[in-house]
Amino acid sequence: MKRIVLLFSLAFLFLTVNAQKYMTRNGFIGFYSHTAVEDIKADNNQVASVLDIATGEIVFQVLIKSFHFEKALMEEHFNENYMESEKFPKSTFKGKITNLSAVDFTKAGKYDVVVEGDLNIHDVTNRVTAKGNLEVISGGINANSKFNIVPEDYKIIIPGVVRDNVAKNLEITVTMKYAPVENK
Amino acid sequence: MERQTTEIIFQNMKLFPVAILLLLSSGLFAQDDLMDLLDKNAKPETNYTTATFKSTRVMNGHSIEHMPPGQLDVRISHRFGRINSGIYEYFGLDQSNVHFGLEYGIFDWLMIGVGRGTYEKTYDGFAKFTILRQSSGAKVMPVSVSWLSSMAAASLRWTDTTRTNFFSSRLSYVHQILVARKISPSFSVQLAPTYVHRNLVATELDPNDLYAIGAGGRMKLSKRISLNAEYYYMINPKSYMSRQVYDPLSIGFDIETGGHVFQLIFTNSVAMIEKGFIGETTGSWLKGDIHFGFNISRVFTLKK
Repeated sequence: MKRIVLLFSLAFLFLTVNAQKYMTRNGFIGFYSHTAVEDIKADNNQVASVLDIATGEIVFQVLIKSFHFEKALMEEHFNENYMESEKFPKSTFKGKITNLSAVDFTKAGKYDVVVEGDLNIHDVTNRVTAKGNLEVISGGINANSKFNIVPEDYKIIIPGVVRDNVAKNLEITVTMKYAPVENK
Repeated sequence: MERQTTEIIFQNMKLFPVAILLLLSSGLFAQDDLMDLLDKNAKPETNYTTATFKSTRVMNGHSIEHMPPGQLDVRISHRFGRINSGIYEYFGLDQSNVHFGLEYGIFDWLMIGVGRGTYEKTYDGFAKFTILRQSSGAKVMPVSVSWLSSMAAASLRWTDTTRTNFFSSRLSYVHQILVARKISPSFSVQLAPTYVHRNLVATELDPNDLYAIGAGGRMKLSKRISLNAEYYYMINPKSYMSRQVYDPLSIGFDIETGGHVFQLIFTNSVAMIEKGFIGETTGSWLKGDIHFGFNISRVFTLKK
């Protein structure tokens, strides 16, 4: 019995040394909507994400209420009317880097990657593919991506009167600075 | 400690397959486990309730909502004449009482406003302090609480110019505690114990100090339209006053269209400030003395 316990702790030690998981709690996701009428921009600096470099799996958790706008009224409408953030407080992404072999995690540098997975917004899940890059640096990994989403794909209804104020395609910017997960 | 462990393993090679298995299984972490990892290490957050009401007014009276810092709310409100005045007065639409307001958020906890109303040609000003915010999560607070203090100066010409009239006689004060709870995303309620002090009253029968309790609520009918109701119960006995007054009851709709909030309202009060609708409402719902009216709120971002 004692030996098995020791083995367990050894297995954990291995995991720690290998540091195959990278995490952040203050990643950035922003969205930008450009129309002739107005530009709308919102920033969220409290995005949580984990990247597993052994499997290429990557997950994101985004608190909708943490998106901040320049205009307080926009923020209220975003939460109340569009995202219904009291009913659906979180948005998530579960995906995988499809070309993991292209990244050499032992060598510093920028690597182009493609991520594919399930994006859940407003309680609607869609399969999405996004291009981005991973930057291996000493003591961490940075990830960047830009892709577009269509609000209507997530049953976010924009009424006719303001339809011209919101772009058909919203540009999503993702900037993550991951640090290795330390098992306690 | 580590060396000892290694020794034990090497001495017990038959346990090696077990070790391999353990390592393998730990490598098989699924995405859900990654999500769990995020959840597990998440700091408990305080989730503050927002948008208990769409506007800083429930109907006539204030709501706990305040303008965020740097936002200017330009308000134009109308109350028409009595609906029961008939076709000659076009059911009240020929008469109009107006109130203009400029209201501004200074801090997260303080907003101020000034206004001018037709009713008794009154200038008014107020400060609203946010004391508590309803929240759940790490910090739980069941209600939002705001404090409103306002002052009004009527500017009607003195009816009796033979006596000495003091400026202070024009003044009245209101203090109000607003307690609200957003019970569900579509349903909010508010209670408002209110104190009104009038420096000068019409006769000895009329008290200088009035006490009232306001009750209001809103029910969202859709994302952009809500049904609102508000009632102020005056505690002072009404039967002794020099004129027949009634408690103000208002029912209406909030309609939000992006930058504007329209409030359509049916009320027995013509005044749009606390001093006027508490204790000076002379219309009665039962007699059909109902005024149609609206508030228009347009918010401008002055400071980002």
